Amino acid sequence: MTRPTPAISVVNVSKSFGQTEVLHDISLDIPAGQVSCLIGPSGSGKSTLLRCIAFLEETTSGRILIEGQPLGFSEQDSGYRARQSRAQTRAVRANIGMVFQQFNLWPHMTALGNVSAALKVVRKLPKAEAEARAMAQLTKVGLAERAHHYPSQLSGGQQQRVAIARALALEPKIMLFDEPTSALDPELTGEVLTVMRTLAAEGMTMVVVTHEIGFAASVGTQINFLDQGRLLFSGPPEEVFRKPRPQRLEQFLDTYIDRGASMLA
Amino acid sequence: MNFDIGVILAKGPQILSGLGVTVLIWIAGTFLAAALGFVIATARHYGGPLIGAVLAIPVEVLRGTPFLVQIFLLYFGGPYIGITLDPIPAGLLGLSVYGAAYYAEIFRAGYQSVPPGHVEAADCLGFSRGQTVLRILLPEMALIVLPPSVNMAIILLKETALLSLITVPEMTLTVQAIGSQQYAFLESLVVLALVYWALVELAGTLGRLAERYFSRYRLALK
Ligand SMILES: Nc1ncnc2c1ncn2[C@@H]1O[C@H](COP(=O)(O)OP(=O)(O)O)[C@@H](O)[C@H]1O
Ligand SMILES: [Mg+2]
Repeated sequence: MTRPTPAISVVNVSKSFGQTEVLHDISLDIPAGQVSCLIGPSGSGKSTLLRCIAFLEETTSGRILIEGQPLGFSEQDSGYRARQSRAQTRAVRANIGMVFQQFNLWPHMTALGNVSAALKVVRKLPKAEAEARAMAQLTKVGLAERAHHYPSQLSGGQQQRVAIARALALEPKIMLFDEPTSALDPELTGEVLTVMRTLAAEGMTMVVVTHEIGFAASVGTQINFLDQGRLLFSGPPEEVFRKPRPQRLEQFLDTYIDRGASMLA
Repeated sequence: MNFDIGVILAKGPQILSGLGVTVLIWIAGTFLAAALGFVIATARHYGGPLIGAVLAIPVEVLRGTPFLVQIFLLYFGGPYIGITLDPIPAGLLGLSVYGAAYYAEIFRAGYQSVPPGHVEAADCLGFSRGQTVLRILLPEMALIVLPPSVNMAIILLKETALLSLITVPEMTLTVQAIGSQQYAFLESLVVLALVYWALVELAGTLGRLAERYFSRYRLALK
């Protein structure tokens, strides 16, 4: 019996910035439909790993496969990595939507403009169709009536929901989130997490860097604990959070017990 | 000697022709300078350190030498290296290249003003570089580059007066010629000052309107 191709395969990935290696030989399979959470202390390499999967950073060695297709570099038997053509890389990346901690909405476009831009510019859809599809995504994140507002007129939570709608507009198979609620006031995190729960329930493959341990424990189906650039544990939440926990994880979780993760205490 | 501005104004058609040449060289020169400056800034932004270093040289030289010296070198020195230009093309070329060095710096600051994450977002959605520049970077930097761009356009307008020295039949040359024919130097200078000032005010007003247009998403805040 052959196992289905994982949505994402990370194979022996290392990443250095200059002389400093920040990811050490990471291997990780994320099957389709999983909500895979990356947790770990600040500076442990969570964002870097996520950004490598989004091809915003290039790995130093190792490879990443998206839906079984190599990302960024074509594989050669000699072990030498040849860079893919831009078109190839773009085709593989089209499977992926990315949501940033700082939203990164374009300030000169309305919410509708932000969400419809890629449909118009990249997919070259007619304006009316692009905006109809964008409107459907804004409705999904509960912001239809804010469609004509500029980002500066929206709350942080609303901006992040627009950013999620923007990433969803091209109908990716995989959604990546880098601390999507960390830049938000506590009372605004709920609306964003609700949208993410809905996505998860629909079966979207998600990779979420998060400090919301409660979210990770309740919505996550795969928990990955990174520490100093190493993937220390990966497994279902029941397993990773089960007591007794390894010391590094216990130390890390201790700092979160009072932040909505009391269920793990 | 009495001051009679009428003797200058009586030569209206001649003045208008000079004004026409000034406005034409100014508008075309500013447009070309901004376009060339944008190309240089874009090449420096996307090119590696080598391209950046190579392009920095002409920019620094052009910014570090007087415009008058540059147009003299181009117009009088050009023929020695096989570049023989009539006054108007020489003036237009000189103004465009001189202005481009400043616009390159203006657009460089513009590129730096856009948070890298805004480009990464476009990148993740499959925008090509060209699409990112045109749809994201340029409109986003518009507010930042507009005031110094208008300012530079005004400086370039005033610099066109120097083109009289390489016999471009623009306004300064024309009006000064009338002044000397009519023995009315002072009057000619007053007329020149007034017309340049009117043009500068017009440019400033257009600039403010453009700024208001590009800042609509910020104004919407209030
Ligand atoms: N662009 C970069 N250049 C140099 N070092 C970086 C860069 N990005 C991240 N790092 C370093 O890599 C390490 C991991 O960072 P990051 O992936 O952001 O951690 P996390 O998201 O887990 O907080 C940190 O030590 C950080 O300083
Ligand atoms: Mg991070």
